[in-house]
Amino acid sequence: MIANYGYKDGSGEYYISIDTDKCIDCAAERACLTACPKNMFEIITDDYDDEVAWVKKECTRALAYDCAGCKPAAGYTSLPCASACTPGAIKHSW
Amino acid sequence: MNAEVAAATAPEKKEFWRWQENTWFDESKNWKDAKIITCGIDVGSVSSQAVIVCDGELYGYNSMRTGNNSPDSAKNALAGIMDKIGMKLEDINYVVGTGYGRVNVPFAHKAITEIACHARGANYMGGSKVRTILDMGGQDCKAIHCDEKGKVTNFLMNDKCAAGTGRGMEVISDLMQIPIAELGPRSFEVDEEPEAVSSICVVFAKSEALALLKAGYTKNKVIAAYCQAMAERVVSLLERIGVEEGFFITGGIAKNPGVVKRIEKLLGIKAVDTKIDSQIAGALGAALFGYTLMQKQGAKAA
Repeated sequence: MIANYGYKDGSGEYYISIDTDKCIDCAAERACLTACPKNMFEIITDDYDDEVAWVKKECTRALAYDCAGCKPAAGYTSLPCASACTPGAIKHSW
Repeated sequence: MNAEVAAATAPEKKEFWRWQENTWFDESKNWKDAKIITCGIDVGSVSSQAVIVCDGELYGYNSMRTGNNSPDSAKNALAGIMDKIGMKLEDINYVVGTGYGRVNVPFAHKAITEIACHARGANYMGGSKVRTILDMGGQDCKAIHCDEKGKVTNFLMNDKCAAGTGRGMEVISDLMQIPIAELGPRSFEVDEEPEAVSSICVVFAKSEALALLKAGYTKNKVIAAYCQAMAERVVSLLERIGVEEGFFITGGIAKNPGVVKRIEKLLGIKAVDTKIDSQIAGALGAALFGYTLMQKQGAKAA
């Protein structure tokens, strides 16, 4: 399942997409949990009884601000969360 | 004049936004003949539904407005159908809670997200051909893709603002002083289709609607402009995950042809028809999840 967490507003689309099919058998040993400086990810058991990562509910409405520190404007060339996720399950829409 | 006298003499305030609450059950069947009875309770931000499923088939439901307390809303929704069919809580084998208040359903055995439940409910209501689901809820809007079994493959939720939701429509209904059920039909009673309301926020859209009235727009024209705006907003949400044939709309707004027909026109796809109330999709899906879980437990016990 591809789960899109985030929102769209007048300034753009801010979604973190997690491909949970790649996430179930994590080859990166849940590295996303520690890679995100804002601690936005956690592991949950989804509706189909699979253990997957998701973006914490309290973080989904402020992604434009919370993720800004990891974007190219802040000096990063790649996103820490996406780089840590070697199966390539995490993507940002902006 | 004291407050009591003022209240007694004040003209009754009409609640134009108030939609019809309803209860239904299948009179051709008797729930006492069922082997497995499951219940799904969807406590949404605006409406609550309780659905009874007997041996995997829809038996009855109750749909009502959510109160200011989620546990009470769940209890009242379930009591509404149980009283009608003479059922008691102990007659139900499994209860699944879903929706915004799913963790506050006091007698639920399990809580499942409304995303999974709407997909499952839509799969039952529209058949296995359903692939894209638009759930237009009271205060959020979801675009969901599912497979032929109703399992979610992709979803997108907009819960940051009320634009494109039932609550937004209720606000316009009250502003226009037109019953909410009449908004859809009246939105087509215009000589020329107006431009959509441009504001993306319900609060600003309300101001814009007022400004249009002052500028000489008829009420029907303002409603048409608002319905078009809602349709454009949800279509942009749908387009992000892609729309496939087998398009199904759930939630209260599915009952508003003014929005539905405009969405269909923008997408170039007709929504799948169903005779079941679109508003119960989440609770129905929850009850069906309960049935599957009971079957699994039975299989394990055997």
